[in-house]
Amino acid sequence: MNKLLLTTALGLSLALPAFAAEVQPGDTLAENQEYTYRVLDAIKSMDPQINTDVDGAGIMRSLFEGLYNEDQVGGLVPGVATSHELSDDKTTYTFHLRDNAKWSNGDPVTANDFVYAWKRLADPATASEYAWYMELMQVVNASEVVAGEKPVDELGVKAVDDHTLEVKITAPLPFFPKMLTHASTFPVNQKVVEAHGDKWTDAGNLVGNGAYVLKEHILGEKVVMERNPMYWDDAKTIITKATALTINDENAALTRYLAGELDRTDVPAGQYPRLEAELPDEANSVPQSCSYIYMFNLDEAKGPEALKDVNVRKALSYAIDRDIIVNNVLQGGQAPSYNWTHASTDGFEMPEIDYASWSQADRLAKAKELLAEAGYGPDNPLDLTLNYNTSEAHKKIAIAVQQFWKGIGVNLTLNNMEWKVHTDKMQNQDFEIARYAWCGDYNEASTYLDLFTSYSGHNNGKFLSADYDKLLKDSKTAENPAPLYKEAEQILAAEMPFAPIYQYTEVEMIKPDMRGMSLNNLMQNWYVKDMYRVAN
Amino acid sequence: MLSYIAKRLAIAVPTLLLLIIISFLLMHAAPGGPFTQERALPPQVLANLEAKYGLDQPLWRQMANYVWGIVAHFDFGPSFIYKDRTVNEIIAQGFPVTLTYGSLSFALAVLVGVSLGVAAAIRHNTWLDYLAVGVSIGAQVLPNFVMAPILVLVFTLWLRWLPGGGWEGGEWQYIIMPVVALSTSFMASIARITRSSMLEVLNSNHIRTARAKGLPERKVILRHALKPAMLPVISYLGPAFVTMITGSVVVDIYFSTGGIGKAFVDSALNRDYAVMMGVTILVGALTILFNLVVDILYAWIDPKIRY
Repeated sequence: MNKLLLTTALGLSLALPAFAAEVQPGDTLAENQEYTYRVLDAIKSMDPQINTDVDGAGIMRSLFEGLYNEDQVGGLVPGVATSHELSDDKTTYTFHLRDNAKWSNGDPVTANDFVYAWKRLADPATASEYAWYMELMQVVNASEVVAGEKPVDELGVKAVDDHTLEVKITAPLPFFPKMLTHASTFPVNQKVVEAHGDKWTDAGNLVGNGAYVLKEHILGEKVVMERNPMYWDDAKTIITKATALTINDENAALTRYLAGELDRTDVPAGQYPRLEAELPDEANSVPQSCSYIYMFNLDEAKGPEALKDVNVRKALSYAIDRDIIVNNVLQGGQAPSYNWTHASTDGFEMPEIDYASWSQADRLAKAKELLAEAGYGPDNPLDLTLNYNTSEAHKKIAIAVQQFWKGIGVNLTLNNMEWKVHTDKMQNQDFEIARYAWCGDYNEASTYLDLFTSYSGHNNGKFLSADYDKLLKDSKTAENPAPLYKEAEQILAAEMPFAPIYQYTEVEMIKPDMRGMSLNNLMQNWYVKDMYRVAN
Repeated sequence: MLSYIAKRLAIAVPTLLLLIIISFLLMHAAPGGPFTQERALPPQVLANLEAKYGLDQPLWRQMANYVWGIVAHFDFGPSFIYKDRTVNEIIAQGFPVTLTYGSLSFALAVLVGVSLGVAAAIRHNTWLDYLAVGVSIGAQVLPNFVMAPILVLVFTLWLRWLPGGGWEGGEWQYIIMPVVALSTSFMASIARITRSSMLEVLNSNHIRTARAKGLPERKVILRHALKPAMLPVISYLGPAFVTMITGSVVVDIYFSTGGIGKAFVDSALNRDYAVMMGVTILVGALTILFNLVVDILYAWIDPKIRY
């Protein structure tokens, strides 16, 4: 075993001081250290292995702690694990767990708690919607366990002793440690889960190992969390109470923020310029790891004939004026996009995509030329249909694209549908062009690029390329995958299985006395334990 | 009368059963399911989920199990989306919320609506009538999705008198705006129905007789006109009451009350079959019950009606 993988070691040591609320020199703490923020919807579950949504994951990060946490910019910092070693064949990770980690009931947090939680995630009896995450992590036998072909005990994870956890994976995976900040890998207390069954997540029953404990959970109204005095780093935690209020309507949430009822909320589409002018200290727009595209259906049987011609796909993509979409429609600092992976993704080098540097006039001219080559034009107009799910922003973008495409002689019919119907149709290749967005699961380009491999379960447009598959397979074992990712992006630009449109920003209002909000963490993985309020 | 009530309650059972069957079939006919999501689940994961929730069984079997669960254990099953909760728990948490603000809205709407309507009818074609009609038309055209943001803007952002949302176990500050927002359009309808019905009654023979024998106007109105004038109002109030106590999705969303109105709409959008069925049955049962109450009230008000 060699002592730590170099990059991980570097990441860990550089970031070491940045866990826990790190009060900056010159900051005086405010007397009130309570924090109230908005969540979009009712929290579906307080169980780390059952939760599926982003807001829920935020709560999990307060109530539980995994092997590693993220710092303000997304680097790994110790959580329950203080360090790890990787075997020479790069398939066995040995994690060393701190000996002062405790559950909120006082029990010590041991390697067995992680073994139990990970097996629970993969166990068909749990029926977790995130069971596939164990497969994504390539844990030995994960797929077989999820499929019920092997007993849960054969999952490649074991407690060597109370403070040593060993994980075996099927093939080298350079970003494996980064995947450990995901909420589905958080430990749970076996005793408590078994004592209360499905009710173990109720306030009062729930025992966690995070910096906060659950005081109250009223479905669709609020989640109240207070300090966990048992947390190993409680002495350095500052926020005393965190409350997540469910507020569906983002305009209602903004009004309540302005009335002082919330410390953090999202900015409704189109309102950022006004708020930024009026409250420059409070309006924030920072990159967020999601990418927005129009996916073309290339399915052999169900895809429209016209879209099988790469010239048509390119023409459609070129004709979209992304600057108008981000500057005039969205107005939240989003970035126009000509590729798939979010530009700020860690270790990702943006390739030189040809049409990204052209002027819009050039793109338009080229689009017309390509469309004519494909046999479409004023005499033979192309009719296509776009499916999008109900949302004001999706609608505005669709209308803009309809206009752009009209300019090159394409008649686009807009087909608005409810979310579940839209998704169902996409997954059954029952569409021509569909709005789609993908948010990274972890801060590494493969979370995006894997999606367009032929063996991906999410490749709804059925783009098939042996070269692309090979690049992505090779990237898994490459010392430095960045050049392979660049090549993969070039294939996407050349084949254009989708039209990239824009890359997300997180547009939020945050009270000016809040600190430690992890705004420069691309995954938007913030930790309440790192936050604090300064006196005015 | 008692046999009539017994008969009506007996009919309620097949009615509810039919409601369950039709809702169940319609729900399953809609594309997508509770576990359809942007990132499609691997087939094995989906199979595990469907097995856990019994969705792998034939439809008739699922329906039979569902109905049996209700009849035998009063168990509406687990929520497919809010996995920490059962449908019983979701309704037990959300229904008291909507019942509270719904009943208060109902009381406010009836009190103000009936008073306005009666006053307008008595002072027909005077400024009071015009004012009452004007107010009720104004309230009618101001739907609650417009009313709610205006209330929040004025009372939360400008005056800072009331919190902009939440429920906090039903503290009075949190109840006021939902009640006002929900009641206005009902109030307007009640006022209009009361006014026109009252006008009609005031022109009828028995009122002329009452006036001719020299009864003071006060007695004419209270003793002879009001009761018969209430008949059409009451037939409107039955369904209106059910609508109000089962909550309004707009009020629930805008004021984040955690009520059952939003849970109902969410369950349809999420294909949370169990929650959707649970709330459908609740609304159905309440509707049947209050229609019966209305019919009983009819007989009490109008001696001509016999069952």
